[in-house]
Amino acid sequence: MGFRFDLLMFMIVLLSVPVLSNLILSNVDRRIDLTTQAVRITSTLKVENTGSDLVSEVLLAFPDDQAKHLAYLTATNNEGKGKAKSSSVSFPVDVVRPKGMHPSLTFYSVSLPKGLGKGASLTLDVLAVFAHALQPFPERITQPDIQLVVFNETAHYLSPYAVKVQSLTVKLPDARIESFSKIENTKIHGSEVKYGPYENLPPFSYSSIVVHFEANQPFAIAQQLIREIEISHWGNVQVTEHYNLVHGGAQSKGEFSRLDYQARPHVRGASAIRHLVAKLPPRAHSIYYRDEIGNISTSKLWGDPKKTELVIEPRYPMFGGWRTAFTIGYGLPLQDFLFHSEGKRYLNISFGSPINEVVIDTLIVKVVLPEGSADISVSAPFPVKQGQETKFSHLDVVGRPVIVLEKTNVVLEHNQHFQVYYKFSSLSMFGEPLMLISGFFFLFVACIIYMHADLSISKSSPSYLAKLQWDEVQAGVQQVRNIFDRCLTLHDKLEASLRDLSRTGDVQACKASRKAVDGLLKDISKDLKPLLLSLQSSPQAAQILPKCSICKTSNATS
Amino acid sequence: MVGKAEPVNGSVKSGSNQSIPATMQSPLKKSDLIPNLSLKTLKLKTKQQELLIRVSILCLVYVLAFITRLFSVLRYESMIHEFDPYFNYRTTLFLTEKGFYEFWNWFDSESWYPLGRIIGGTLYPGLMVTAAIIYWLLRFLRFAIHIREVCVLTAPFFASNTTLVAYFFGKEVWDSGAGLVAAALIAICPGYISRSVAGSYDNEGVAIFALLLTFYLFVKAVNTGSLAWALASAFAYFYMVSAWGGYVFIINLIPLYVLVLLITGRYSMRLYVAYNSMYVLGMLLAMQIRFVGFQHVQSGEHMAAMGVFFLLQVFFFLDWVKHLLSDTKLFQAFLRITVTTAIGVGAIALGVGMASGYISPWTGRFYSLLDPTYAKDHIPIIASVSEHQPTAWSSFMFDFHILLFLFPAGLYFCFKRLSDATIFIVMYGLTSMYFAGVMVRLILVATPAVCLISAIAVSATIKNLTLVARAKSKVTQTGSVRGSSSSKGSSKPFQRNGAIALLLGAFYLLSKYATHCTWVTSEAYSSPSIVLAARGAHGNRVIFDDYREAYFWLRKNTPPDAKVMSWWDYGYQITAMGNRTVIVDNNTWNNTHIATVGRAMSSYEDEAYEIMRSLDVDYVLVVFGGVTGYSSDDINKFLWMVRIGGGVFPVIKEPDYLVNGEYRVDKGAAPKMLNCLMYKLSYYRFGELTTEYGKPPGYDRARGVEIGNKDIKLEYLEEAFTTSNWIVRIYKVKPPNNRW
Repeated sequence: MGFRFDLLMFMIVLLSVPVLSNLILSNVDRRIDLTTQAVRITSTLKVENTGSDLVSEVLLAFPDDQAKHLAYLTATNNEGKGKAKSSSVSFPVDVVRPKGMHPSLTFYSVSLPKGLGKGASLTLDVLAVFAHALQPFPERITQPDIQLVVFNETAHYLSPYAVKVQSLTVKLPDARIESFSKIENTKIHGSEVKYGPYENLPPFSYSSIVVHFEANQPFAIAQQLIREIEISHWGNVQVTEHYNLVHGGAQSKGEFSRLDYQARPHVRGASAIRHLVAKLPPRAHSIYYRDEIGNISTSKLWGDPKKTELVIEPRYPMFGGWRTAFTIGYGLPLQDFLFHSEGKRYLNISFGSPINEVVIDTLIVKVVLPEGSADISVSAPFPVKQGQETKFSHLDVVGRPVIVLEKTNVVLEHNQHFQVYYKFSSLSMFGEPLMLISGFFFLFVACIIYMHADLSISKSSPSYLAKLQWDEVQAGVQQVRNIFDRCLTLHDKLEASLRDLSRTGDVQACKASRKAVDGLLKDISKDLKPLLLSLQSSPQAAQILPKCSICKTSNATS
Repeated sequence: MVGKAEPVNGSVKSGSNQSIPATMQSPLKKSDLIPNLSLKTLKLKTKQQELLIRVSILCLVYVLAFITRLFSVLRYESMIHEFDPYFNYRTTLFLTEKGFYEFWNWFDSESWYPLGRIIGGTLYPGLMVTAAIIYWLLRFLRFAIHIREVCVLTAPFFASNTTLVAYFFGKEVWDSGAGLVAAALIAICPGYISRSVAGSYDNEGVAIFALLLTFYLFVKAVNTGSLAWALASAFAYFYMVSAWGGYVFIINLIPLYVLVLLITGRYSMRLYVAYNSMYVLGMLLAMQIRFVGFQHVQSGEHMAAMGVFFLLQVFFFLDWVKHLLSDTKLFQAFLRITVTTAIGVGAIALGVGMASGYISPWTGRFYSLLDPTYAKDHIPIIASVSEHQPTAWSSFMFDFHILLFLFPAGLYFCFKRLSDATIFIVMYGLTSMYFAGVMVRLILVATPAVCLISAIAVSATIKNLTLVARAKSKVTQTGSVRGSSSSKGSSKPFQRNGAIALLLGAFYLLSKYATHCTWVTSEAYSSPSIVLAARGAHGNRVIFDDYREAYFWLRKNTPPDAKVMSWWDYGYQITAMGNRTVIVDNNTWNNTHIATVGRAMSSYEDEAYEIMRSLDVDYVLVVFGGVTGYSSDDINKFLWMVRIGGGVFPVIKEPDYLVNGEYRVDKGAAPKMLNCLMYKLSYYRFGELTTEYGKPPGYDRARGVEIGNKDIKLEYLEEAFTTSNWIVRIYKVKPPNNRW
């Protein structure tokens, strides 16, 4: 196996330029963790100032092709010999381009706020995380093949400063190691490869090493992840995450046999992504997992007061180079994430993806604030690209302000909280319900008006007149019916009293009831009179009038 | 009826106020509203009470019709069902994204490769436009919903609207009671629910609404003779034409109805106005739909309407001449001449039209409706669809339940009270019942008629029974003392008890109907058929989501221009969910193309490879149920592929695949069967799999046999993907070998 691409690196050693400042690294201890797809290099640097001037920055150098994969870099002060890690201060790190340096190197400068005086020393912990540093080799494998990857590094710490003593440990996953570069002082210890110690190396020393090993952990890479965080002041923070996932390991070629995969899933398809675990915040609710064509039924969820764990399986096991896309969404209680400070509200929520093993190429976080939010500002723990847009959701008139944060090469270390400050009056919360209520109110008012308004165009058309007459006749008939009903009840009363009479012989009571009924009957005939009059007055009713008068007389006589 | 409980004092007030002559009511009405409201606000007049009850029943029925169709959303999810709805969904998506003109001019190169399909000119756009308008309206009202939700809920929404139309139709035909019953019956009738559950985003969903609306408005127009109603019915007809090919039923039923009215001597000016304006305007409007075009004047199926149109003119002309001529003898002679000439001219015109090819003959689909055996002999592609099979009795019972018995009773009531409207509903019922017998799917068209006629039976029966029961109760109330009504007393109690018993029986039957409908809806008609559900060994629900697994795999892991060959059933789904080009799909417009695919599937692998190369096929998709016992897979459909393929390419012969006329896949199967492409693709490496405990490997659970060819080698294809339950298998067509 030839690793020609490292030749260039050797050149750098030859091209090394004079020492930049009077710093030297008295001790460098590096540990490279290759157990996950994101390569984590932890370096402990002991920096000594041998010159006389105060030095306020330390330069870290990375070759360009490594630097473009660099996702995360921090330098912390290791004061308490690694015991009080929580109290360690992290120093600001910036990209710099010092003059006279080789163009294929990228420099990061760690600024020391206090500076480093003459003869003083300082221990720095530098953590660098690289996103795509592991290269599958061979690049295309069949289903039963195992996935092998290579990793290139330098055995000597690449630094603009001279290094006195250094050592390097490469931690590999517990599996087969295909090969590794053997240079002087190389030891293998289980799944760990140790290089060094090397002593007294000049600045910019470089010695390429290559590790080729089996890596069956899934290379889940989200080419794009859009996280949309929507705040509702009615008590919910809705998070929606759209993943665009690809298996970034060795490309699969040839057949995919379901039979083999089902029979021996860990042999035939060892590197396939079967499931991903999303660690959601506690009290997450209404969780869903779907894609463009619908719900995906293969997911499990369990929660305890400390966390909610969602195990999601893609629709199909993902082999190298296979892609999928899905969306997960969940609601979170507002009080856990939204706080007040100095008359402003602020959202404090994690930046990265809840799925830890995923490396994200482009992460776009959109924070959708309620309609009417103003005075918006963002505070993020690392530099991000910021933008703003407007989103229209339910019942929005002017739209909701959306803060868009974009970051490339995101790894687990970016799962830090960021804050969005904004002003929002509680009263405008009621705007949308009021809108809805008034909408319905006006709808009903319109209905009432419609029912009571006379919308006919021609007041003289025969159908309109007929309708009027019909209504009139209906009303009349209804009245007559009422009168008849009352009449009948009176008859019943009368009969009942007669029955009582025959049973008890109480003539007085009967007479009294008779009197009362007579009075009521008179009322009825009085009521009937206007109806009859109207009947007499209308010419169309002439032929039915005689019948009515018969009714009336019978009514009166009774 | 409801006014009986009304208290006396309340009506005195309103009565005295209302007794003012109504000629000057409008200013006075408002003034007497106020005392009414202030005094006893809740004491309504009988009419108002009736209105209130009617409106609230209608509202409840409206809501019921909607929510009973949501079983599928509850059981599964808010998703599009079946096959055709996916095409409709895809086109609706296109319409909402690109706008109407893009949609109208859409040439789809993703289907029928390499032919493509002119979507705008070959579909009924009514459904998509309806959904898009609802979507745009909701968006305008600031409801940020997804178009999928609109599509999923379109059918239930229109089913709710249909109940309203059914109410008005029932009211028009019989009375408002029958209307209410009709609305309630149609709201839950399985025959209709089968096509309108949430997610069943198909043309029928809106078409039944449009169909019933057209009929209702036409009957209303005939009853009133009003031009406005006739125009409204023309527009409803236009909507129907834009939504579904079943409009042919309307354009043939209405002329038939007019003809029957003419023959039975019920010709009237109302009919003349209604039919003429509806026909002329409806025809002109229908021509605006590109898929229909000039068929109204050019196709044999539409000629009946035109014939009746001219007949009506002749009739009117004769009527007018009769009015002018007082001499009957002269009129008789004139009548003879005119009728002879008219018929002669008509016949000649028809003959010339047919001969010159200006009037196209009836299509195969139309023939197969009139003659159920036609499709089987001539058009296998129609006969192969399960919903085009003749209906079994059981499915009538399943879909109509008690309506099947109430239907004749309703017909009896209709005949007893014959009017223009009842004649229409009787004709609608009888013709649609015939068609329902010819094709399973046309049960849908018969459902509104059956519901309406049954509603007449229910309403009339219950009304009569309550009259009997109530009349007696009054008598017993007044004459509880012996002797006061002795003359009636002897016969009435029996009658009354009988009536009450019958009423209880009716309510029992109706409640049975309601439970049956709910059960059918929840068990049979709410499955999306994309996602299959089964009961596991422990009674838990097992979901087979293999279709979507495969389509999503296609969508994400094949080149965007890959061409997928599958049997036409899955074409719409592949384009909609997999977003890949297909060779054939459910729009079976090109029989030859489908036959080519059928031929490829039933040939040996090397021959099939030639065909697939010529069609640029990259992937082949087959559906296989041998592992899960899913019986509607490609092996069970295979004989239709052979038949359809053999219909165009005689090299494919059905007997080659059969053994003694028997279709089998085990060791005794025909050699051609065991080595054809479909068999190989379905059973590739299946022989190594043990599907059921205690059975040999390679035991096909869908057919219950051990397969005959366990050692299948593929030379030109390779397995690209198989879903977790093996239901969908996708193979990649290998590129040709290098020659050097």
